[in-house]
Amino acid sequence: MGKLSVDLCGIRLDNPVIPASGTFGFGYEFAELYDINCLGTFSFKGTTLEERYGNPLPRIAETSSGMLNAVGLQNPGVDKVIAEELPKLFQVFHKPVMANVSGFSIDGYVEVVRRLEAVKQIGWLEINISCPNVHGGGMSFGTDPKAAASVVEAVRKVTAKPLIIKLSPNVTDIVSIAKACEDKGADGISLINTLLGMRIDLKTKKPILANTTGGLSGPAIFPVALRMVYQVARAVKIPVIGMGGVSTAEDVIEMMMAGASAVEVGAANLVDPLACPKIIEDLPRVMERYRIDRLEDIIGAVE
Amino acid sequence: MKDERLKVLSNRPLTSGDSPVWEMVLSGVTEPMRPGQFVQIALPGRFLRRPISVCDLQEDPQSPGTFRLTIVYKIVGKGTADLTGYQPDDELSVLTGLGNGYDLSDSGDDPLLLGGGVGTPPMYFLAKELIKEGKNVRVILGFNRMDEVFYEKEFRHLGAEVTVTTVDGSYGEKGFVTDALPGGISSYYACGPEPMLKAVHKKIAAPGQLSFESRMGCGFGACMGCTMKTAGGYKRICKEGPVLRKEEILWEN
Repeated sequence: MGKLSVDLCGIRLDNPVIPASGTFGFGYEFAELYDINCLGTFSFKGTTLEERYGNPLPRIAETSSGMLNAVGLQNPGVDKVIAEELPKLFQVFHKPVMANVSGFSIDGYVEVVRRLEAVKQIGWLEINISCPNVHGGGMSFGTDPKAAASVVEAVRKVTAKPLIIKLSPNVTDIVSIAKACEDKGADGISLINTLLGMRIDLKTKKPILANTTGGLSGPAIFPVALRMVYQVARAVKIPVIGMGGVSTAEDVIEMMMAGASAVEVGAANLVDPLACPKIIEDLPRVMERYRIDRLEDIIGAVE
Repeated sequence: MKDERLKVLSNRPLTSGDSPVWEMVLSGVTEPMRPGQFVQIALPGRFLRRPISVCDLQEDPQSPGTFRLTIVYKIVGKGTADLTGYQPDDELSVLTGLGNGYDLSDSGDDPLLLGGGVGTPPMYFLAKELIKEGKNVRVILGFNRMDEVFYEKEFRHLGAEVTVTTVDGSYGEKGFVTDALPGGISSYYACGPEPMLKAVHKKIAAPGQLSFESRMGCGFGACMGCTMKTAGGYKRICKEGPVLRKEEILWEN
């Protein structure tokens, strides 16, 4: 077992670096540039029951040290994902992959999970109850402990795969939501999804995003994400995946010290498509600098 | 797509005014690109890269096997303003070879190229390649005013027949590019602001390819930040575009 290796819900990862859903497509764009099997795993594009176009353009706005997006869960729908996207993905990626599931009703989540359950190479199901860019569903399941619990309870019944619940930071008390998910049988928690934000074009006086608001990601949100990972990791017994503005090996180590068992990298992939392999390559050097022998030893090591 | 470190050879203004247009030449491109493709330039202190179309690509006489890239950009915000500060020998991180580019194979013998404002630069590389293939290339360049006109001479040096239009009539023919359309064209290629593309799409019967722009996240198909609805399904402007065939365009985005 390598010194970068970590356990995620009973599956060994070669390293804790996981490109986050929505920033990595189905992997093959990145496979043009590098062998994506160097990754711990990756979380593929958020998948819903039906095909979705998403929101009108513009969907992207730049911010200081980050960006807003209001893509709105564009994806071809679960059947096309299974029939067309995953076969292409499996040609370039040979490790267990993380599926990311979104829905607009509990039945919608259940049906997508039921169909993905049959795909062997899917190692984990990451249930997104935190998308800020869709109306009805999405984040509304992730902002109330009872609603979150009802999603987890329902999907738990139709899958034996590790179930990771992706939480929204746009709440007053994220710990109570994480605990509600744990109580209903979640195997892990991933956080944070994007922070709700907005920009205005001074010339037109209109919001830059056609959706008016969007989700903020990038280094700007790292300290907020770190704080929430710290709070949740202390409150639950299941593994936590930390994400939000991670872009360097140092960020990965900081997230793990706060309590993350693995780390997702999002917006960084969009500005530097080689961000993840660079982080993985840098990790041993940074570990040496801080006298860390095995990454697993530092999970939650913050004093 | 390739992640390249390019070196600035020159960087100069082509026009003056409120939103001047600049031309930058960079060396060190290791893979060829096609007309209609674009690059994504990283700027220190700006989170997202800036997508800019390829104006020209030529073999570097001082470094055989590599290419020099010419980009022409308009100062529209802080990022493009940053770009004007780059001096010879400065380096930039650039993702090259993005997007589909124009299909030259069915241009016919008499293609018409239409460029509006900063939609003009990709037409230069396209005109050069079509002329190399022996095509009779006619170009219409549209601008608002005389002081915005650039690259007219450069197109003529390639051997293209050039018409310039200005909206206020201060230079060339008065009006829009669609007011100067010649007869007898076999196909057309267009790049410019959306109202221009719409007018071109409506007025010209010949087969056409039109290039679109959008606010982008990644520029290489990962984020779904720039997807358009087309007659052929959803297309990412950065990946399956920026060039669409005219029959694919729905104008409802």
